[in-house]
Amino acid sequence: MEMLAIDLSLGLEKLLLIGGIISFSLLVAMYTTYGERKIAAWMQDRRGPNRAGPFGLLQPAADGLKLFFKEEIIPLTSNRMLFVLGPALAMITAMLTSAVIPWGPTIEVFGRQVSLQIADVNIGILYIFGVVSMGVYGIMIGGWASNNKFSLMAAVRGASQIISYELAMGLSLIALLMLTGTLSLKSIVAQQMTGGWNIIYQPLGFLIFLICVFAECNRTPFDLPEAENELNFGYHQEYSSMKLGLYLFAEYVNMFISSAVVATLFFGGYDIPFVDEAALAANIGVNATAALGFAALFSKILFFLFLFIWVRWTIPRFRYDQLMDLGWKKLIPLALANMLITAVVVLWLNK
Amino acid sequence: MHITEILFWILTALALFSALMVVSSDNPVHSVLWLILVFMAITGHYILMNAQFLAIVNMIVYAGAIMVLFLFVIMFMNLNKDSEPQKSVWLRLAAVVSGGSLLLILVAALKDNGGYINSMKGEGSIGLIKNLGNTLFTEYVVPFEISSILFLSAMVGAVVLGKKESSTPAA
Repeated sequence: MEMLAIDLSLGLEKLLLIGGIISFSLLVAMYTTYGERKIAAWMQDRRGPNRAGPFGLLQPAADGLKLFFKEEIIPLTSNRMLFVLGPALAMITAMLTSAVIPWGPTIEVFGRQVSLQIADVNIGILYIFGVVSMGVYGIMIGGWASNNKFSLMAAVRGASQIISYELAMGLSLIALLMLTGTLSLKSIVAQQMTGGWNIIYQPLGFLIFLICVFAECNRTPFDLPEAENELNFGYHQEYSSMKLGLYLFAEYVNMFISSAVVATLFFGGYDIPFVDEAALAANIGVNATAALGFAALFSKILFFLFLFIWVRWTIPRFRYDQLMDLGWKKLIPLALANMLITAVVVLWLNK
Repeated sequence: MHITEILFWILTALALFSALMVVSSDNPVHSVLWLILVFMAITGHYILMNAQFLAIVNMIVYAGAIMVLFLFVIMFMNLNKDSEPQKSVWLRLAAVVSGGSLLLILVAALKDNGGYINSMKGEGSIGLIKNLGNTLFTEYVVPFEISSILFLSAMVGAVVLGKKESSTPAA
């Protein structure tokens, strides 16, 4: 019991942080849907949503309300419990990844040092992999429980795609980890603050990682699980109302978190470019620096979100065999070569 | 009770209950899902032992990759009660006997644990990735490399078997 008493303030702090980060991710995901439609409209010379509120800014809220008020349909032949579990799992796993991302440097609240990271575990990146590999189940369970051939096909496609690209993703990260020598995301950011961003040292690794992130998020050109002209609507064909909403929304949360991971691993995280944070903190205070750092991270995230959307409205979808070809025969050998070269260079420099 | 102790009992109950459900549920897909829950509970146990690397690898490899393959196969075969052939009485009896003797051996092995269980209480650091890596690549480097060759040959074997199937032209 004593241990619980000591940890109470820490627990409260973490609880607030978790609540804050989750609601922030949901808010960002909400407005990414708006951004997606606006950018798509801009690229296709249209206006996009412009009726709900000024510049159509209330459109995401209207969409959400619409989904909530639609009729919930659970197919009679489906497996009821698993049918509900599918979208819930998709959403939960999308959210869980945010736990190890450092959202900013340490801040001071009422004399307490508060870290803007929910958990600085020493297996940081592996934790992300673990959660991502759990993300498959949201798709698979939902697709199977729908008791629909198209849904099942899409679910299997999605799962095999995610497993295949996880390999190349892991291999490309090993090269990065050889350079950093740590798995903790916080230490990786700290190293980049002094030693330059990892993108300089690992351009090929970054490229492979980015492609794999696109595949993991089921985004175009890898959105075969929901290829509507082949599979009607993919693994969420039988879903309606907010359960469908959760599936669609989980994709946007995934995009947001993946952007944060890419920014943290390769683009310095909350590092403000060309600024010495320690000197800045001495000048304008710790909290103001933290706010600026978070702004820097957030602008990097916004850039990657834009990249996601940009690619979606530019590049057509792969065929399924092309997708597997790219994953197994091109990305994995490339990632292996990248890993070997990095290892040789690291050994050579250390000698 | 200490917080880790409470967590330990919750996880243990979860693991045992899910393991029972793996065996007793009718639908094979449900069995696989319960098995995933077992792996999750064991992952929790590893974390309680401060073996974070082991925990996460257990989650990625077993719960993440292997179980997905199980699910693949079972979902495609669409197994249910009607399609499953009834086993003969002798086969069932043999299964009960062999399963029972395995249980007996496990219980006998664990009964006299020599204080091993008490030494696994949380503060160990061998499961942390740094120590584990150091141990694997210094003390146990030969078994480690040999087992990796074993894995490689298994992988090559699987590819060869897969190729054989597809090279025969479909009539």
